[in-house]
Order: sequence, then C-alpha cells, then structure tokens
Amino acid sequence: MIENPWVWGAVSGLVVVNVFMGVAAWSIWFERKFAGRMQNRPGPTQVGPFGLLQPVADLLKLLQKEDITPKNADAVLFNIAPPLGLLTVLGGMAVFPWGPGAWVPADLDVGILFTLSIASLMTIPVWMAGWASNNKYALIGGMRAAAQAVSFEVPLLLSALVPIILGGSFKLGDIVAAQADGAWFALWPPGPGAVAFLLFLLCSLAEANRIPFDIPEAESELVAGITTEYIGMKFGLFYLAEYMHTLIGSFLGAALFLGGWDGPGPDGVHWLVAKGLGLFALIFWIRWSLLRYRADQFMSVCWKILVPVALCTVSAAAVWKVYA
Amino acid sequence: MAVAHHEGAAVAPVGPVPTVVRPWPDPYLDPETHEAEGDLMVMNLGPQHPSTHGVFRVKLWLDGEVCIKAVPYPGYLHRGVEKLCEKLSYVQIPPIVDKNDYVSPFINELAVCMAFEALNAVEPPRRSQYLRTLGAEMQRVASHLLWLGTFGMDMGGALGGGASVFMHCFRERETILDCYELWTGSRFHYNTLTVGGNRHDVPAGFAELVKRTYRAIRDRAHEYDAMLVDNAIFRARTVGVGRVDAQLAMELGVSGPILRASGVDWDLRRDQPYAAYGEVQLNVPVRSGGDCLARYEVRMAELLESIRIVLDLVDGIPEGPIAALKPVKLPGAFKGKAGQAYVAVESPRGELGTWVIADGSDKPYRCKIRPPSYHAMSLLPYLAPGSNLSDIIVTLGSLDPILGEVDR
Repeated sequence: MIENPWVWGAVSGLVVVNVFMGVAAWSIWFERKFAGRMQNRPGPTQVGPFGLLQPVADLLKLLQKEDITPKNADAVLFNIAPPLGLLTVLGGMAVFPWGPGAWVPADLDVGILFTLSIASLMTIPVWMAGWASNNKYALIGGMRAAAQAVSFEVPLLLSALVPIILGGSFKLGDIVAAQADGAWFALWPPGPGAVAFLLFLLCSLAEANRIPFDIPEAESELVAGITTEYIGMKFGLFYLAEYMHTLIGSFLGAALFLGGWDGPGPDGVHWLVAKGLGLFALIFWIRWSLLRYRADQFMSVCWKILVPVALCTVSAAAVWKVYA
Repeated sequence: MAVAHHEGAAVAPVGPVPTVVRPWPDPYLDPETHEAEGDLMVMNLGPQHPSTHGVFRVKLWLDGEVCIKAVPYPGYLHRGVEKLCEKLSYVQIPPIVDKNDYVSPFINELAVCMAFEALNAVEPPRRSQYLRTLGAEMQRVASHLLWLGTFGMDMGGALGGGASVFMHCFRERETILDCYELWTGSRFHYNTLTVGGNRHDVPAGFAELVKRTYRAIRDRAHEYDAMLVDNAIFRARTVGVGRVDAQLAMELGVSGPILRASGVDWDLRRDQPYAAYGEVQLNVPVRSGGDCLARYEVRMAELLESIRIVLDLVDGIPEGPIAALKPVKLPGAFKGKAGQAYVAVESPRGELGTWVIADGSDKPYRCKIRPPSYHAMSLLPYLAPGSNLSDIIVTLGSLDPILGEVDR
C-alpha cells in the first residue's frame, strides 16, 4: 500500500469518485429498466445491448445543449450551485471504508459525522439554485428544500447515533468492525437497531429528494422545482448529485446497519456493494410505487413521529449499551 | 326531452344587498385587502405547467404557499367548434365534436346526434339505441381510467408512483381502444354515429373481445384500490381536500361525479333516460364527503358499474337495422327541420348538453354545446383560496377537466 496519506488519499479518492460517478450513471439505466418493468413497458432498448449505453446517450444529449443563464438571474450563484451540489455529495465519500483495514481514502476519527454533515450541506446549493434562478417555482422549491432539511436532519442524525452508541466509535470502520460475524445492528440488539435502520432509510429518501419526499422537486406542482431554469450539464450535475446522494445513503445504510463488508463466506468489498445496491434498488422500488406527501404533512411526520421515535430509539440503544 | 326543472326567475333584490355569509370563500376577493405576513406572490400556474396539460392558466395569489385567490383563464384550446357547427352540415358535425371532450368522443357524438334527432323527430332503431348505450358505457370506462391515471400523476409525479398508476391505466385503456378499433375502424375519433342511427354495426367476434377485455379490467380494478386508497399517503392527500359544497355545486351548474360525490343523487342516465338506458338496470353511486376521496370513490364505483352494464348489454343487443334514415352520400343531402331542441346526456364528466337551433337548411343555425367540464372548472376559484399549492393541483385533478371541452 502507499504510505504517504496525501498520495493515498488522492489516488484512492480519484478511484472512488470515478467509480461512483460511473455507478451513478449506470444506476440511471438500471432505474429506467426497473421502472419500465414495474410499469408494464420495456424501458430503454435502443442504445446498445439492452439499452446499456443509454446513460452515455443521455450525457451526450445534455452536453450538446446550449448553456443558458436566464436574464435577471444571479449569474454567479446560479452557475456555481450545480458543481457545489455535486461537490458536497462527493465529499462524503472520502471517509467511507470499503473493506477491512486500510480500505478507506481518509480514515477520520469522526468519519460518520463528517459524511452526514457534508451531505446535509447539499441544502445550501439547492437553496442557492432556487433563489438565484429568479423563478417562482424554483424559489418555492428552494424554500421547501430548506424547510424539509430542517425537519429530516434531526431524525437522520438521531438514527445514525444508534450505531455510534452500539459500535462505540465515530469511525465508520470501527462501526462496521463492531458488527462482525453477523451481529448487524439492524438485527442485533433487537429493537433499536431495526427501528433506527428504518428511520435512516426514510430520512435518506428525504435527503435524496426521492418520493414520497421529493417535495422540493414535485414536478406536478412546481414544474421541476429548483431545476426549472437549469439546462444541459448544469441540470445534469444536479441530477447526478441526486443519484449520488441516493447511492451514498444506501451504502451508508449498509455500513451502519447491515454489517458493511461482513457476510457469509469471505468478507470483503463484494458484500458491501451487494448490500448497498440492494438498498439502492429498494429505494427505487419505493420511489416508483408511492405518491408524494405535502410539504406540511412531511414536516409534521418528521417532528411529531420520527423525532420522538428516534429519541426513544437512541435511549433504548444507550440503555442496552450500558446494561447488556 | 325533459329539462331539469328550476324555480321561477329570481326577483332582483331592492335596496342594499344583504351580506350572505356562505360556507365558501369569496372568489372576487381584492388581494389588496388581504393582510399577508410578507408580500403576496402572483403566480401564473400554466399554460406551460405539467398539471394544466399545457392549455390552461390559473392566476394564483399566494401568501407563502397558501392561495388566497385564484382566477382561471381558459381559452388556450379554443378551436371555434360551435362556429364550425354553423358552417358544416348535420352529417359533418359528429366528427368535429369528437374533438371536444377528446377523452370520451363517443358520448360527444351521441349528444349532438341526439339533439339533431330530437330536432327532426327521428327515432333511431332499437339496435342502434342499444349499440349507443353499449358504446357510451365502454367509453365511460376508458374515460375514467384516463382520469385515474392523470390523477395519480398529479399526486405522484411523472417520476414516481403516479406514473406507475398512469401506465397501468393506459394498459387497460389501450385494450378498450382495441375494441373500438374493431367496431368502428378508429381507435379514438370514431365518426360512428349519425343522425338517425349508427354508421357501423358491430363485427363478428366483437362481443367476445369486449367480454374478455372488460372482465380483465374488472378483475384488476381492485389493484388500483390497493395501490391508492389503502395507501396512507393517498388518503392524507385526498381526505378533506377540495371539499365541494353541494349547494355551491348546484348554483354553478356542476353535474356528474363531482355533484354525486357531494351527496346529490342526480344522474341523467337514470333520471332522464335516453338511448336504451330505460331498459338497463343502473345503480348510481353517491358519496356525501364532497372531497377528493369522495370523487375518487364515486368514479371508481362508476367504473365498475359501467363494466357491469357493458358485460350485461353486450350479449343482449336486439337484432334489426342500425339506422332509421337512408345513409346520405353528400354532406348537404340531409335537410333539417326548422326549430330548436336541447338534449343532455350523462358524459363521464356530467351533463353534456347540445342546444341546436335550426332554420330548415342543411346546417344548424346555432349549435350551443354545454360542456360539464366548463362548469366544473368554475369551482376552482371557490376551492383554491385557503389551500396549499399542492392541494390545488390535486383538487384540479379531481375535478377531471378536459380542456378541449372547456374551450371548445
């Protein structure tokens, strides 16, 4: 392995980011196929075998589009919001452990906090985009995104606190290591881990703007929400960021609650990938079968149900940790 | 043809008009008088908006996300159909009105043809009456399926569960259009009815295809309930949303499923039977909630009821001719009598009326079409104030407006 942490971080970060971008791009193909099958239609079939090159075609189409900054928009904010959005998503990957030992680009002691806080920064570029677009739909979308973030971040962090308490560390690698040999937090101890896993999944849906919580986008109400005025690759970056967010949420869920790289047979990154992609597919399944909550209903669900449940779960986990 | 009875003309009030406190908001509110926390936002919802079908605009005054006033601006799909009716002969009009309510073309043809028949005192033969009833009920199922799909889209979006509802509704609807294709040669704009009867008799194998199609839809209908009504999110979005007061609905001339969902038991098929409806057993579903859920329930119950009628009818169509008049080859060959007639039929959206005034030539002098969607749309300024933007979209979807019919 490379000894210098700077070189190691740069090389492994580059690999992780590129692999993840590719996975996110092909996850769009997967989602379109998946949604097509759910909806009694074939999905993409024309570009490449099984439509596998569809993401490439999508990308080329987006790149060809004229780059427009609307008149009266705040040009600076409008143009830096999409790359900033992608950046906040990618940053969370830095501390993610891919396997036992040194399989992590940057092994921070507070890795989980770093990932969650970087991911929650996504609200700022979204709000920037909503404000700078000079569009009423985008403005409402941005305001909804901010209100939504305030609501779901609390139960999200509380649910992530459960594996931290149970694993006894803020380091993602340690949390995964604590679940070795099938002692996954979603299964053991019975109760708090499973509930926290569900909460985490729900809040990841909200974090990634997925139905039933795609309230800032809500295209039947707000046309396209914050991305209404975006076109071409600037839209593409937001779109990619959304998929990356979903993907990272799934992998984080797999690491925090499903034992990460632990599994029957040899441990390793293959288990992590299988679990992460499984959760990812579950999110698609939810997305293509549910309807959308109204903004105020979502907030009342968050504050009146999810937060109290999360608090109880954290207490239960703490009690378990102390007495068991 | 009987027309709904109304009380005598209201006497104009003398002196100051008493302020009547009504259970619905004032659609003529002056936004200046509204005390908003911040500034009001004036938003043009549409015409380029996914939920207004690209052809409708509502101007909304929003306080935050809550609407305080809504003014609808129809007319983006105005094609001058009523004027065209004055320029075209009686034979040429049915294919034109097909495009009014483009979701139930058969019933549009039925409405104008029945008006022309009432004007000329022509009685279509019994077989034609039964075929018309069958076609109208088949169309009602197709129309309600399309509504269900778009209603799901309004709540679930094109990238979500709503799209799944939509695609499945379209799967069923395509099979219905296959039946029409076998019958009339067209999937959509049939041009199959004419003054005095039908133009196409049902071909061999039609009854089997219809029975197979409608049984399949009936057996799958519970899946929509399972996906929507049994879902907490759907209930949260529809219960108590867009509540229509029965009194208000009647004052605005609203009819059809919207009125029945508000507790008024009124269905022209039963109360003013036309075609073969007098000989068909018909249950009219009524709900009293008046909200989006009640409208959903009424339409779903109607869907199942129409499927039952189709399955009952398709085997019992009497033999005989399908048209009372000899088919005409030239557009102007049919001359109507002078006079006037108003005929209303129950379209999937309510009372679809045609009022025709004729001067004895081969063209009507005036042909007024009363579209149910236009009246349903006039509910929007009453329903929108006080609602969240999201609820306005759901309410608009539950009113099932077809803009081709609103604008004509």
